Amino acid sequence: MVAANAMVSTPEQLAREAAAWAALATVLDPEVPVLSVCDLGLVRGVHASAHGVDVVLTPTYSGCPATEVIAQAVEQALLAVGLAPVTVTQRREPAWTSDWISAEGRDKLRQYGIAPPSGAAAVQGAQRIGIRPRNVACPRCDSLNTERLSAFGSTACKALHRCLACLEPFEHFKPI
Amino acid sequence: MAAALAGGSIALELTHPLRYVLRLADTALIHAQRLAEWCGHGPVLEEDIALTNMALDLLGQARALLTHAAHLHNGVQGGGLDEDQLAYLRNEADFFNLTLVEQPLRKSSAHAPGGDFADTVLRNFLLATWFKAVWMGLSSSTDVELRGIAAKAVKEARYHQQHAGDWVVRLGDGTPESARRLQAALARAWPYTAEMFAGDAVDEAASSTGLGPARASLRGAWLSEVQEVFAPALLPVPADTPFLSTGTQGRHSEHMGFILAELQSLQRQFPGGRW
Repeated sequence: MVAANAMVSTPEQLAREAAAWAALATVLDPEVPVLSVCDLGLVRGVHASAHGVDVVLTPTYSGCPATEVIAQAVEQALLAVGLAPVTVTQRREPAWTSDWISAEGRDKLRQYGIAPPSGAAAVQGAQRIGIRPRNVACPRCDSLNTERLSAFGSTACKALHRCLACLEPFEHFKPI
Repeated sequence: MAAALAGGSIALELTHPLRYVLRLADTALIHAQRLAEWCGHGPVLEEDIALTNMALDLLGQARALLTHAAHLHNGVQGGGLDEDQLAYLRNEADFFNLTLVEQPLRKSSAHAPGGDFADTVLRNFLLATWFKAVWMGLSSSTDVELRGIAAKAVKEARYHQQHAGDWVVRLGDGTPESARRLQAALARAWPYTAEMFAGDAVDEAASSTGLGPARASLRGAWLSEVQEVFAPALLPVPADTPFLSTGTQGRHSEHMGFILAELQSLQRQFPGGRW
């Protein structure tokens, strides 16, 4: 399918795809409004055809209430730059992992005051019960002397931590 | 379209794969509904947030599974079933969750005690450990959609298991009072765990076609992780009992009707209502 699509892509279609990617870079996560859907690694594909532009997204957490909001925001952003009609579909396989957050996205998280996830979530499902996240650096003072207060925070994707050096509480984007 | 019954209910043509997916979907849905009863009532703020976070994960898993069940159903029969119709318009006998998840959790009823936090902690741990084994088994499913749902859900289940496991140890190895109440909660929950590993034609078909694991095959992994937490919690693994609950066959305890009355009330009163 990919090869077939690539063969029929005209320069005009490629230009529309580039415009779509540029528009997607402005669509922010409503719950972490410094990260775009591109920083988060949510965009699995953009395809322009004679029938319009198709965007494939991948949902983050199973119950993330932002999933529908993000899909609507993506459609609006593309319509706003004159790309119509727009089709947004969700694809669950392969499942999204926080490992897909870009290096730039991790920097943005840290500057926003949220400790970014480690890049090793892929094997996590099979891990033993006792294994805990370690060495979560405080996003304010960079100290590794921190502790987890609760694995569940203000949104599905974040845990509550506390820095024992600067004594400030902070959130950690959970590796998943 | 699915056949319409009196009162706006839908009737399903139940194939083995549809039943298999609905068992998982309904177990996640009703467990989420029970955990959500804690919203605003948690013993401490962090725990209130944790319980509702876990309920939200489970609800998301249930939505994905119900959407997939609707696709399976529409594929065989045509018509436009969706997740909402499956959640809100099925009658009690067409729900196939484990009986354990429908037992009272926070609120008491005339026939069962509720309200002890130890019940929540223990049930959450037993089920998260079970779900983790289910999701790992589904990670090699021949059904690509189930594989995708499972790959995400297994990591969520692991967080749930770890959190609930911490509480099991804290209560079990806590004060004499907390240990006594946790043991009482275990005595109440344990007989219902047999259904987690019961087998039937639906399970055999899922296993032989590669759709997903038969429940009976999950017991070894489940028990070893349960023991890993029960040991530091000073909690003995109870003896098995001959009791076998039948929620996965559509035959429920007296509590199920009350859950559905609450869960479905809006769509039953205002069919097709949206906001």
